[in-house]
Amino acid sequence: MAVGKVTFTKAERDKLAQVLWLLNWISVVTGVILFSLGIFLKVEIQKRREVMSDQEILYVPHMLISTGLVACCINFVGGKICYDCADSSKFLRWKLMLLPYIVCTFFFTCCVLVGALMCYSIRSQLEESLFLGLRNAMRFYKDTDTPGRCFLKRTLDQLQIQFQCCGNGGFRDWFHIQWISNRYLDMTSSHVMDRLRSNVEGKYLMDGVPFSCCSTFSPRPCIQQHITNNSAHYSYDHQTEQLNLWRRGCRQALLDHYTGILQSIGLTVLLIWLFELLVLTGVRYLQTAMENVLRLGDPDSESDGWILENSLAETARSNFNIIKNLGKCYQVDNDPNINVPTAAEQEVPSRRVRIPVDS
Amino acid sequence: MAVLRVKFSKTKRDKLAQVLWILNWISVVTGVILFSLGLFLKVEINKRWELMAERDIQYVPNMLIAVGLIACGINFLGGKICYDCVDSTKFLRWKLIMLPYIICTFFFTFCVLVGALMCYGMRSELEEALTLGLTEAMRFYKDTDTPGRCFVKRTVDMLQIEFQCCGNAGFKDWFQIQWISSRYLDTSRKEVVDRLRSNVEGKYLTDGVPFSCCNVNSPRPCIQQQITNNSAHFNYEYLTEELNLWMKGCRQALLDYYTHIMQSIGLTVLITWLFELSVLTGVRYLQTSLENVLRQGDPDSESDGWLLENSFVETARTNMNIIKSLGKCNKIDTGNNGDPNINIPSTSTAHYGPDNVPPKQIPVAS
Repeated sequence: MAVGKVTFTKAERDKLAQVLWLLNWISVVTGVILFSLGIFLKVEIQKRREVMSDQEILYVPHMLISTGLVACCINFVGGKICYDCADSSKFLRWKLMLLPYIVCTFFFTCCVLVGALMCYSIRSQLEESLFLGLRNAMRFYKDTDTPGRCFLKRTLDQLQIQFQCCGNGGFRDWFHIQWISNRYLDMTSSHVMDRLRSNVEGKYLMDGVPFSCCSTFSPRPCIQQHITNNSAHYSYDHQTEQLNLWRRGCRQALLDHYTGILQSIGLTVLLIWLFELLVLTGVRYLQTAMENVLRLGDPDSESDGWILENSLAETARSNFNIIKNLGKCYQVDNDPNINVPTAAEQEVPSRRVRIPVDS
Repeated sequence: MAVLRVKFSKTKRDKLAQVLWILNWISVVTGVILFSLGLFLKVEINKRWELMAERDIQYVPNMLIAVGLIACGINFLGGKICYDCVDSTKFLRWKLIMLPYIICTFFFTFCVLVGALMCYGMRSELEEALTLGLTEAMRFYKDTDTPGRCFVKRTVDMLQIEFQCCGNAGFKDWFQIQWISSRYLDTSRKEVVDRLRSNVEGKYLTDGVPFSCCNVNSPRPCIQQQITNNSAHFNYEYLTEELNLWMKGCRQALLDYYTHIMQSIGLTVLITWLFELSVLTGVRYLQTSLENVLRQGDPDSESDGWLLENSFVETARTNMNIIKSLGKCNKIDTGNNGDPNINIPSTSTAHYGPDNVPPKQIPVAS
């Protein structure tokens, strides 16, 4: 009871081979697209590596890159095979390779699906990485004289300007961090000493934010210092003032940015997966149809093509048996060719039968 | 004495026609490129219309757009003509149009050259437009409650952030302008009132700049207020501090940006002009050689092609005479009338040449 049996005439087989040749070449192009999407994602993640605590999420673009390259090769071979399948004599060249090729491609399409699903699932890992990375970047904002960290101020300022965000979760994160370096604090001033002594860790904390938090939409000049002090500024209420600073946190802004990219890439990879599956199905039909033609003997006759020769359950069972036998062939057991003398009692006395052994 | 005479065999003529057909199609593509360069320049200028005063600078992109479209049309026609020129019979269709076509294209290439030169000549007008426009924009920076000007603050802030510049010529321009609106000034405080009274126009002037002037490359938090006052900030020297604010003026930054764009566009247009000129030369050779073939009668024979049939001076003289005669054919000359068909009875003594013998009466054809 074959699965998905379809009868093919000679003309239909030739047409199928031609169409599959074309589709395989289109699949090579989609493989290139997959590869370039992986490269694009890698570049985007590397661009902001300074605000990410770890780069483990790079496994997603690496997966896409390798899948893209393998897709190009597999579909290139598939294109060559389908081109030759139009001719029955050339098909004999590929006859033995075709089934392993189809099995490999089937497992490969599973990899493509896994790649697509990965794009949707790394969001939580990304959020964690951004949270820790931004917190560290803000902590090192003032260390413009420390080698290795001297560009963090610039990176963070440009990030806040470009993504229109402030701080990690919001602008108040800057109130808990000393973002003004001690080099620029007048230690002789009593006002400064009071502030430094007012908290346990001896940090100069204030209710002020860097200039990059200023919103360009504000109708009034930016208020960066004494943000929570209404009396420090004329006609100002910090509870109702919405336009003065950027309200969004940079973690949320970056997360939205990357989620948008990943969703688009994931959708594209899913579409590519469906297309690859379609091509694979066509190649399977072509393979079974060509093999049946060879079995019938007449190259111009009709033949059947199918996805599986027997039902799914039977095919699974026979495959398991094959795998079991593969495992068993190293065990010395029940092999009639081996004459094993047993010391144990024989239950059934058997006549000695001379079996001629082919040498 | 023909100018640059070249002999063409039949195969050479066919080859020339084919090559010119391809070159004409390439010229159509360059025409599209010209059109899109003009469109790009127009968009770039319109993007910053708020920062430019009213000056006539739109003529440059408009010229490029028009030239691009005409180039497409002319070269499309040229392609068709050259395609037909391979066949002598089809050439007869175009024979009469070809010379006017070549003359039109010659004048058109002048327009392309003028377009290229305009790109380089626009700079001074642009500088003037930017100076005035930026001055006005900075003056209206604080007017975020005035309709029509409420987005000037945002435009100027984004400009200063994007182009990494501050003020018109430098950050000191902000010291001479009240950029903080009176709505946000506490006029009950003494120091505010003192400042307002300290200058003739009653403006609130400070030595401070907006936040968008802050340099992201600075190692220290941005100093925007009391910039010239060294004692207001710890370890700060106003005269030597280079990294605190953007040092470049926005006029210079925008001018550099637009000059760079226009130089690239000008160069591309010059190259397009040279290409068009070479295609035109080829078409002229093709036209003259095909006409000579027709004159000789044998389509397979060799023929000459040239740029001008006689020398340059003679051609100029002939053309001037043609233009003069065109002008004369509307005048009725009473003096030495060379036209024998008009019988004018003259009252004055007629001068009949050196013998002074009156000619015989010529019967008038009716």
